[in-house]
Amino acid sequence: MNTLTFSILDLTQMISKLFFEFYRIVRVVIGGAVLSTCLLVSPAGAVVTIEVNKGEVAGIPIAIVPFSIEGGGSASQPADVIQTDLGLSGRFELISKDNYISSPHDLESVQYKDWRLIKAEALVVGKVINLGNDQYEIRFRLIDVFREKQLAGQKFVISSKKIRKVSHQISDAIYRQLTGKPGAFDTKIAYVEVKGQIPNARYLLQVADSDGYDPKIVLESSQPILSPAWSPDGSRLAYVSFEKKRSMVFIQNVWTGERAGVAEYEGINSAPAWSPDGKKLALTLSKDGNPEIYIYDLASDQLARLTKHTAIDTEPAWSPDGKMIAFTSGRSGAPQIYRVPSIGGAPQRLTFNGVYNAGPDYSPDGESIVVITNQGNGYKVGLYSRNDRTVRELTRSKQDESPTFSPNGDMIMYATKKGGQNVLAAVSVDGQIQQTLQFQKGSVREPAWSPFNRRL
Amino acid sequence: MRNFKLYLILLIVSVAVSACGGRKTVDNNIEVEPVGGTIQTDESVSTSGLGADSTVGAGLDGTIGQSANADPLSKRVIYFDYDSSVLTLEGEAIVQAHARYLNSVPGVGIILEGHADERGTREYNLALGEDRAKAVANIFQALGVSSNRIQTVSYGEERPVALSSDESAWSLNRRVEILY
Repeated sequence: MNTLTFSILDLTQMISKLFFEFYRIVRVVIGGAVLSTCLLVSPAGAVVTIEVNKGEVAGIPIAIVPFSIEGGGSASQPADVIQTDLGLSGRFELISKDNYISSPHDLESVQYKDWRLIKAEALVVGKVINLGNDQYEIRFRLIDVFREKQLAGQKFVISSKKIRKVSHQISDAIYRQLTGKPGAFDTKIAYVEVKGQIPNARYLLQVADSDGYDPKIVLESSQPILSPAWSPDGSRLAYVSFEKKRSMVFIQNVWTGERAGVAEYEGINSAPAWSPDGKKLALTLSKDGNPEIYIYDLASDQLARLTKHTAIDTEPAWSPDGKMIAFTSGRSGAPQIYRVPSIGGAPQRLTFNGVYNAGPDYSPDGESIVVITNQGNGYKVGLYSRNDRTVRELTRSKQDESPTFSPNGDMIMYATKKGGQNVLAAVSVDGQIQQTLQFQKGSVREPAWSPFNRRL
Repeated sequence: MRNFKLYLILLIVSVAVSACGGRKTVDNNIEVEPVGGTIQTDESVSTSGLGADSTVGAGLDGTIGQSANADPLSKRVIYFDYDSSVLTLEGEAIVQAHARYLNSVPGVGIILEGHADERGTREYNLALGEDRAKAVANIFQALGVSSNRIQTVSYGEERPVALSSDESAWSLNRRVEILY
């Protein structure tokens, strides 16, 4: 299985190398955008497609040597996971294993000239040691090839089922060391899977690793589930469930499954969004007439109305400092993004380009807001930047929904349609790298990227 | 020159795709899908049939081949324009017929179920379905049907009656159903 995966990876790289060579040659002639597509296969079975949208990917050339597996048993290979993670980020150029001259597993056995020769700037080596009783020691080292020194190194002792998680943590450490930003590989996504055809469909609220691996059902219903939202500490999910044949908002503890209804008013109860301190929920309710935004204080059980307009106001999103609420409003005649102080005040319109801008989510640094934008050619992921005050399209698809920032702000996950199927996809904030997470079956939507993982 | 560029792009894409899609199934556990689909437009049409939903089936109006002057009371679905919760004249006529009926049979209640097409965000569409149901409820009330006989509910884009991604399906999905 591992060898097989590598052979596919190698094939993929060979193709993309060939392609990029060709691309470099003709780039001068074309001078424009080119679309290339290739595959990475994660060992978990989820097929991940990477699309390089335009331009050259100026990634850091990195070699990841398959870890040695020592002490018997069949532990999974961390290098596979790390390779897929780093490949998906678009910030690295993965050097094919075929080119490796040697296969070191510790610092002492690294021959630096072997790696300079194949133009690797960074090198990852490591080992998995079976200690018995389902305990494994995992060691890795990240090495700067030119300065001939170790940049990072760690040792973990864990059970077999945590090998994948630790592999993601190693990816995070490498990413942080080489890009200066924390990695978001050891994080979760919540999403809704729909099984079967409407009206006999079943709706599953699932939580999986950020690469789609290891999904776990946290809620199953015969009625629609919408809008999962992570509490800032990653312990709870707020969501909309139609289980009582109308929309209501619930909060559920992800670990214990314990849950409670928080909004069951007449009309719609929807669009929950946690305040950054986790003490409040912004909600859309229509109990006082038409859909308006309210702030619900969890401790005091108090509800404060934030908007008042005859048009639709919905989809609240908190700024990272908690001072502002961005939201979608139809008050101009079509949906556009506005913002209002979270303690109340006059709404201010933010988006002006595009006939449709909705579904805002703030970037972790508060400098930009991701939206669904229609600028005349379908509903795409768009990025509103505070600097230039315009919405820039990031994707080429036409039916995107539910954009959600990765906790480090480098990627945006969203739902889209591909070949008639509902899939989850991700795009880098610069629009350069697009990937599709194709789950083995079912129709998936409504992704919500978790905060940084604080539990091991 | 333009055509030449286009030709080059197509050539590159086809090379990349044919290379990537060269292998199909390598292992039972791993499915390698050719990625040609990503280059196609995503306007593929779902061939799935409509589910058997009696309330919806009974309410669909405007069917070709049926009596053109059908009683508005037999119509139980009111359709809307894109991103609109304003009733058309035909929609108002349907509401008027049902209001007359309701005023003649005190004690009967109705549920108004608002829906939207799949385009745009789910939460905005949930709000839009609510606005549509409320718009129909307001007309019922203006015509003398008391508010305690009317319930509204929005399903947004979650309960389409037509599943393809084109205007013919979208126009059927932007609706309020009158349920007795």
